Amino acid sequence: MHNFLFGIYPYIALSVAIVGSIARYERDPFTWKTSSSQMLRRKQLIMGSVLFHIGVLIIFFGHLIGLLTPLAIFDALGISHGFKQLGAVVVGGIAGVMALVGGGMLFHRRWTDPRIRKTSSTADIAILAMLLMQLVLGLLTIFASLGHLDGHEMTKFMAWAQGIVTFDGAAASYISDVAFVFKLHLFLGLTIFLVFPFTRLVHMLSVPVRYITRPGYQVVRSRRSEPLPTRAGPVAPGRSANK
Amino acid sequence: MRVRAQIGMVLNLDKCIGCHTCSVTCKNVWTSRDGVEYAWFNNVETKPGTGYPTDWENQDRWNGGWERTRAGKLQPKQGSKWRILSNIFGNPDLPEIDDYYEPFDFDYDHLKSAPELEAFPTARPRSKITGERMEKINKGPNWEEILGGEFSKRSEDYNFEGIQKEIYGEYENTFMMYLPRLCEHCLNPACAASCPSGAIYKREEDGIVLIDQEKCRGWRMCVSGCPYKKIYYNWQSGKSEKCTLCYPRIESGNPTVCSETCVGRIRYLGVMLYDADKIEEAANASDKTDLYDAQLDVFLDPNDPAVIETARADGIPEDWIKSAQVSPIWKMAMEWKVAFPLHPEYRTLPMVWYIPPLSPIQNAAEAGAIGMDGAMPDVRNLRIPLRYLANMLTAGDEEPVALALERMLAMRSYMRAKTIDGVRDEAVAAKVGLDGAMIEDMYKIMALADYEDRFVIPTTHREQVEEAYDLRGGCGFTDTNGCSPGISKGSLFGGSKKPLKMPEEVR
Repeated sequence: MHNFLFGIYPYIALSVAIVGSIARYERDPFTWKTSSSQMLRRKQLIMGSVLFHIGVLIIFFGHLIGLLTPLAIFDALGISHGFKQLGAVVVGGIAGVMALVGGGMLFHRRWTDPRIRKTSSTADIAILAMLLMQLVLGLLTIFASLGHLDGHEMTKFMAWAQGIVTFDGAAASYISDVAFVFKLHLFLGLTIFLVFPFTRLVHMLSVPVRYITRPGYQVVRSRRSEPLPTRAGPVAPGRSANK
Repeated sequence: MRVRAQIGMVLNLDKCIGCHTCSVTCKNVWTSRDGVEYAWFNNVETKPGTGYPTDWENQDRWNGGWERTRAGKLQPKQGSKWRILSNIFGNPDLPEIDDYYEPFDFDYDHLKSAPELEAFPTARPRSKITGERMEKINKGPNWEEILGGEFSKRSEDYNFEGIQKEIYGEYENTFMMYLPRLCEHCLNPACAASCPSGAIYKREEDGIVLIDQEKCRGWRMCVSGCPYKKIYYNWQSGKSEKCTLCYPRIESGNPTVCSETCVGRIRYLGVMLYDADKIEEAANASDKTDLYDAQLDVFLDPNDPAVIETARADGIPEDWIKSAQVSPIWKMAMEWKVAFPLHPEYRTLPMVWYIPPLSPIQNAAEAGAIGMDGAMPDVRNLRIPLRYLANMLTAGDEEPVALALERMLAMRSYMRAKTIDGVRDEAVAAKVGLDGAMIEDMYKIMALADYEDRFVIPTTHREQVEEAYDLRGGCGFTDTNGCSPGISKGSLFGGSKKPLKMPEEVR
């Protein structure tokens, strides 16, 4: 069972996340959206949403870097395991509390405001509940971590995560003896990947970074297949140009 | 010089009777769907009033449109690209639905299904969002209809800027006019500039501004970016929507639904040629009162041989050039200078223009005492303050509006002399800088307003860019999910929505 949950389930979850997202983007782009409800009720949204998103982003990249960077790099940089773990606990703790407070506001608003409640789908409510639960579990792992500050426990998770992405068949065995709360946190995290393409979470894949590099502000679409030749001034009459 | 063509519109406010036929036909065609019940791609406001959504003209509050920074740079008023992105988790400038109105319907069924009652059964309102009972309707799409509500509220109208407005609250001095509004299909659209996804675009061939529903992600920056508040967030689909200038009709040479059904025949559609290279410079004029003239400079004379040749080189079809030469928009905006852009100070270079309305002469009781400027009354004695119209149409510059009103009065005077006295009064025409022939043309187009004079719309030329053979058996207009019929039923990916339940009235 342990091997299934942490050795095989990750591949199922990640495959569904990747293939599902591609399929949704290709087959149903109209449903690819943030589903913002700000227009229906502004109250609690701005504060809640900003706290939640910033908190979650810090946590997401923290996990990504913390888990997938090979241990050798940290060693080469002279960062001790204990120090890295302390950093993860402090940064993750602060960001986790931010996200939890923000997410709590968003959940309260979604659950109690009739406008938002009536226009929410089951998936909208369920995914927010899952994320909140995951945040709580994540914050609870801090207490487990405080029991062993040497960072050894943490390296197990790094080995596991790196084992998964490098198709190491023994990956699950690296975390067979960690505290139960960690296992719960991992399982729920993988499940979030599993449901990812079927929820509004897909909007994170369309972060509009290209807006910054878009030349100028305006967008003009032409049916023309070839661009017009560049030209400085008007064309003199009487001469047939471009024909 | 880069010549582009645009379908522009002019609305002759002098003839608008405020019947809302445009709004209703538009609604029936485009926004009779879930999520946009509150949205009116076309609406008619009574002015003075704060409008729909409330106070939309107050850009200190909404931060719509563009601003010229102190360094002389043109950027959206809600901020530069970085600023817009930093507000992506919560847009501080976004209106709430209550700024428009909470959409509602009535329990009509109760009228026929009610049991025998002491009192006559009534149809009480229900929210279209929650399906719950609404005890009191506080707002609607036309809440200030014909000066409804107190003057103290209506007078928060932004166009009163620089006017001693108190006296207009008095019954004797009151004035009103109608303002039908739709998307301006701007040359420099602030909505498109604010869209982080790049989903909003201007079509090169006819200038229509559209939202790509498959690319829109619902970041909702366009809603706050548009100073006219003519982008609507569909709370059901999570995408923004806007007036399409009825592009399927325009492409086939037909007028938009609002124009076609206008009973007052106040709407005109025609081609304008413009120089795309001049847009940024024009929108960035340093003084806001220069913006109207700057926009006139962007337009190109369709009779100028150099313009015609350049237009051909830039791929403008021959019949579009011909249409531009007989465009009613060109005549009213450029030749007679009777039409003006709505709020040029937003720096969007709008392409739906307005002819200001004449109004009765102030203090008719003292008719003997009013200033008659020869055969015509002085436009400064008209009931609607000149400054009010100027604030709306020329960023506060009264002169162009005064001239337009004088020309309209001259037209009446000239035609009255012609039909009643049988004389062609060239003097009255010359006084306003026109001649008799021009005035008769004005009369034909603005007063008689025949269908073919109002709508000069060349068809689109898809045959030049598309292979019709490949399109045969295609699915026409859809809801963007393949050939689906128009309403997304649900899918694995969450298109599914429970149908909104409208509970029956309980006894």
